[in-house]
Amino acid sequence: MRIEIEYFAILREQAGQAGESLELDAATPVEVYRLLAERHGFAPGHDRLRVAVNDAFADWHTPLADGDRLVFIPPVAGG
Amino acid sequence: MKRFALADRPVDTRALRESLADPGCGGYAAFEGWVRDHNEGRRVRRLEYEAYPDLALAEGTRVVAEAMERFSVNARCVHRTGDLAVGDLAVWVGVSGAHRDEAFQACRYIIDEIKRRVPIWKKEHYTDGTAEWVNCVACAAHS
Repeated sequence: MRIEIEYFAILREQAGQAGESLELDAATPVEVYRLLAERHGFAPGHDRLRVAVNDAFADWHTPLADGDRLVFIPPVAGG
Repeated sequence: MKRFALADRPVDTRALRESLADPGCGGYAAFEGWVRDHNEGRRVRRLEYEAYPDLALAEGTRVVAEAMERFSVNARCVHRTGDLAVGDLAVWVGVSGAHRDEAFQACRYIIDEIKRRVPIWKKEHYTDGTAEWVNCVACAAHS
């Protein structure tokens, strides 16, 4: 299946791109994050971040489906 | 009328305030967050705000709706994105209600929850030429 990943803020800078797509076997967000953290050198463990699937906050262990859009959310700092 | 909005240019706070005017309201409270020239001992030259727009709008709208429900008030919030200079308005919250207590409490609730939950990030650019994403020291450890 194909998963779209979009990056914001520090992860966008560290990945050197605003997004990418991955071809994977069945996976969960935490598995995708570990793969990409290894590839791009993201420092924090997934427990420091939140994750969104298709623009809604999601569980790290929810099974992903073909075409899902994934965003990893570093600690926020609005206001 | 949008309860929560992202703005990539300066915010017209007067129009926002007027949009909350209501003959049934005896109290209005507003909060403005401004860009400060220092943070944790470092001198800040400018800020950059970046949002995850779809989820920021959804979560910001939820926060304002929660405050309206919980405190029986009318409320709105606007958050800036993009490049901001020292002194610029970064976030605006306005609340009108029958009485001042609810207005103050709702205003406080909204700004606190926005800062805690809405996916918006702040990059500080310092006078010494360095820059850092706030709240994310550990994220940058290996970069």
